[in-house]
Amino acid sequence: MAHQQVKFYQTGTLTVGNRLLDAENRTVQGTMDRSNSLDSGHRACQGCGEALGARYAIDTAMRATDNKLIACNATGCLEVFTTPYPETSWTIPWIHSLFGNAAAIGTGVAAAMKVKGREDVRVIAQGGDGGTTDIGFGCLSGMFERNDDVLYICYDNQGYMNTGVQRSSATPGGARTATTMPVGPEPGADFDKGKNVPLIAMAHEIPYVATASIDRLHDLEAKVKKAMSIRGARYIQIFVPCPLGWGSAPAQTVNLARLAVESGIYPLFEGENGEITSTTKIRRKVPVEDYLKPQRRFAHVLKNPAQLSAVQEIADRNIRKFGLLEE
Amino acid sequence: MKNTKPYAITLDVGGSLLNKTGSWRTERPVYLDRLPPCNETCPAGENIQQWLYHAENGEYKEAWLEIMKNNPFPAVMGRVCYHTCETACNRVQLDEPVGINSVERFLGDQAIINVWKDEPGKPTGKKIMIVGAGMAGLACAYHLRLFGHEVTVFESSSKPGGMVRYGIPKYRMPNEKLNAEIHRIQDMGVNIELNTKVDDIVATKEKYGCEAVFLSTGAQSAKLIDIKSDQSVPSLSAVEILRGIEDDVDTGLRGHVVVYGGGNTSIDVARSAKRMGAQSVKVVVRGSQENMPAHYEEINEALEEGVEIVPLRSITEIKKGHLVLEKMIPSDGDRPSPSGEFETMEASVIVQALGQNVDESLFENLSELSLEDGVLDVDINMMSAMEGVFAGGDMTPSERNVTVAIGHGKKAARKIDQWLQGEFQKDSKKNEIVDYSMMNTWYYSDAPRTIRPTLDVVRRQTGFAEVVGDLDETNAAFEARRCMSCGNCFECDNCYGVCPDNAVIKLGSGKRFEFKYDYCKGCALCATECPCGAIKMEPELI
Ligand SMILES: Cc1cc2nc3c(=O)[nH]c(=O)nc-3n(C[C@H](O)[C@H](O)[C@H](O)COP(=O)(O)OP(=O)(O)OC[C@H]3O[C@@H](n4cnc5c(N)ncnc54)[C@H](O)[C@@H]3O)c2cc1C
Ligand SMILES: Cc1ncc(C[n+]2csc(CCOP(=O)(O)OP(=O)(O)O)c2C)c(N)n1
Ligand code: SF4
Ligand code: SF4
Ligand SMILES: [Mg+2]
Repeated sequence: MAHQQVKFYQTGTLTVGNRLLDAENRTVQGTMDRSNSLDSGHRACQGCGEALGARYAIDTAMRATDNKLIACNATGCLEVFTTPYPETSWTIPWIHSLFGNAAAIGTGVAAAMKVKGREDVRVIAQGGDGGTTDIGFGCLSGMFERNDDVLYICYDNQGYMNTGVQRSSATPGGARTATTMPVGPEPGADFDKGKNVPLIAMAHEIPYVATASIDRLHDLEAKVKKAMSIRGARYIQIFVPCPLGWGSAPAQTVNLARLAVESGIYPLFEGENGEITSTTKIRRKVPVEDYLKPQRRFAHVLKNPAQLSAVQEIADRNIRKFGLLEE
Repeated sequence: MKNTKPYAITLDVGGSLLNKTGSWRTERPVYLDRLPPCNETCPAGENIQQWLYHAENGEYKEAWLEIMKNNPFPAVMGRVCYHTCETACNRVQLDEPVGINSVERFLGDQAIINVWKDEPGKPTGKKIMIVGAGMAGLACAYHLRLFGHEVTVFESSSKPGGMVRYGIPKYRMPNEKLNAEIHRIQDMGVNIELNTKVDDIVATKEKYGCEAVFLSTGAQSAKLIDIKSDQSVPSLSAVEILRGIEDDVDTGLRGHVVVYGGGNTSIDVARSAKRMGAQSVKVVVRGSQENMPAHYEEINEALEEGVEIVPLRSITEIKKGHLVLEKMIPSDGDRPSPSGEFETMEASVIVQALGQNVDESLFENLSELSLEDGVLDVDINMMSAMEGVFAGGDMTPSERNVTVAIGHGKKAARKIDQWLQGEFQKDSKKNEIVDYSMMNTWYYSDAPRTIRPTLDVVRRQTGFAEVVGDLDETNAAFEARRCMSCGNCFECDNCYGVCPDNAVIKLGSGKRFEFKYDYCKGCALCATECPCGAIKMEPELI
């Protein structure tokens, strides 16, 4: 368990806050003095999961490091919507360089801090799934391999959203993107391609790897907090629905994240030094249709029994592999 | 010249605040308080959601004070109320209703144990007379005292409480709780004149210098039917028997007791007879068992205690120690029809429990007032045809239960106060009711309902000890915490958390939240993720 379970308190730890919880069981997001690292006025779409996930994660890291934090950002929505010249909505030290080198920039900043004797200042590198799993992958693997003192956060919206929704190696099978159109006998993205970076990160045997989702805030915050309590290379991948790229209603963003976790399609777990150490259990299991239905990118999958059962199989395999159901 | 420009471009922190993304919006979120179904159905108009909110946190006195705004009898209501609120409770659709009634009872008992008090309002010097110290009369007296008026209640019996004392048996409503809640009202300065039957309303009003009158004499006289009889089986009235039990006189409930009628009164007599050692107890009803008007919980408890129900029978004659019963044929309507087939049933005593009538003698010398269809009509302000004479409870058109009587007493007190000030006020408009579909119930923890421990059946059959047990301090709070706070913000911080645009301001504990409309893009995540349905999206006027 990534967070402490509390006995029945009306909404327990399911909501952002709960007046009946003890102080130590409350979230950073529920406090009045959270840092709002990503402030108002940014240009993300209505209901953007990435903007939400970034504030959740960075606010938590700010609290955990006593505000001594530098973030290095890859190119992508998160960079573009927050920082169109001459504006920025970041309220923390933040640097952008290129699409593919965020991990290397992070390594460099961490090294500079070491040289200056400021190892109290912690470093985060962050980017989208494209910048992480594809073009930035070499830099990322190097950062892992050297065990550089950086937390890398990948905001996984399953595609190159900023440039108009192209496929990335994190795009799920069946999904429609601009480069995987729903045509032909196997419409949408291929089922047998793509990579699972959290598991690849674990194969590097770095001290800490986790997956998180914006619908489970207590779990997400606990993971970021834990990552900041560890030195060395760490990796967190956060599931962030994208209304524009997925063809979903902005109001459904958190609900989609929830359905992804509850269906088993997006397993949440923690791994330490190459070993899985915890999984977040499904609370009320749902079939994958519930998750697919609100998204236009899967409209054709719902009409294609073979593809639908392929998606369900992936979810079922996750449930078995990660032990996602309570015994 | 040396290039002084920095290597990288640096930007001012917070520069994006210049970009007012609120202009993107086509819909705006607004906070509102919707009316929870429990509150909507409570005949006494309690703000249940609000007092449960206090109880969740162990703030029992605040919770009790919130109940007292509308109902001065939580210990009574926590026992005898038919709790329509629980039937309406939205939590039914998630698991089981919140045990509102048991928490109310716990709070009522806490108030008695801790001697919590209520203060009367600033004296107005105005006098009001009330006829009948039942729940309607006493509730009215309490609220009038809160307004600061002087109140005298006239009561013909030797003890106050009306049907709650003389009708509802002690195993459901122990006297000490009833007495304690009535005493609290007397301690506020309400004067109760016992053993004083009012025969002449106008004369009494003048004698005591009262400006307004509230009539609440209930429906106290038994409805009796003539059954052809050779007098071999004594025929008694339910109301008299229950009164006799209260006064500890011999009621003659022995041997094979047959109770005629399917209402709560009938079940109360039957269960009392069991406790007094009757050999057998049968309840004969003309209609089917499913259509019995008695509350299902009480029917079930009676059956558990060994009471037998004989449905679809009409008693036509009493002969040689037996009853002659005609079988009835059920019909789609509520009136079954006779079949012409007869059978007999052994009986030592028969009790008629076929309802109660309002006593008309009070109006004999008043031309303005008379009963219509057996009840006294009142207008929307609870005023009768006679100016300044208000009425409520069982004597007026109503469902005839305690909660309705208490609600009438409260409403009448408010209307009397307005009338004394010269003008009736319109009742404020009710908020929109919050339906389960407006909520996001994912967020509520799973929790079973705390069932009130029921006394074991054997103990119940032999005495008048209370049947339904108490919640204790821990499970009362637990039960309260099952409340979903339907339609009313309980400060779960979800809206504050889920806004991707940081456009929700948290104002601090107890002060709720506010939207920064300059930046809110109108994505509706807050409204979708609000567990209790306290945010509404409204179209933006473009
Ligand atoms: C056996 C039985 C069981 C019941 N069980 C329940 C239950 O479980 N739950 C529930 O909600 N309801 C129950 N009810 C109904 C409930 O008791 C009544 O609806 C409620 O008590 C009515 O209150 P009231 O103030 O209108 O009248 P009452 O309680 O009847 O009070 C009227 C008072 O006026 C007095 N009075 C009458 N005439 C005069 C006069 N001329 N001068 C002075 N005083 C006068 C009477 O003595 C009496 O005290 C039950 C009723 C019965 C008979
Ligand atoms: C070397 C290089 N190639 C291509 C681009 C164009 N580009 C900018 S952002 C982006 C996609 C970003 O996708 P992802 O990393 O998943 O982030 P998202 O926008 O989805 O959050 C691309 C292809 C670039 N900036 N640099
Ligand atoms: S395209 Fe997707 S990731 Fe980019 S701002 Fe819009 S919702 Fe967010
Ligand atoms: S859950 Fe609470 S507020 Fe909602 S109907 Fe039930 S008691 Fe009332
Ligand atoms: Mg992406």
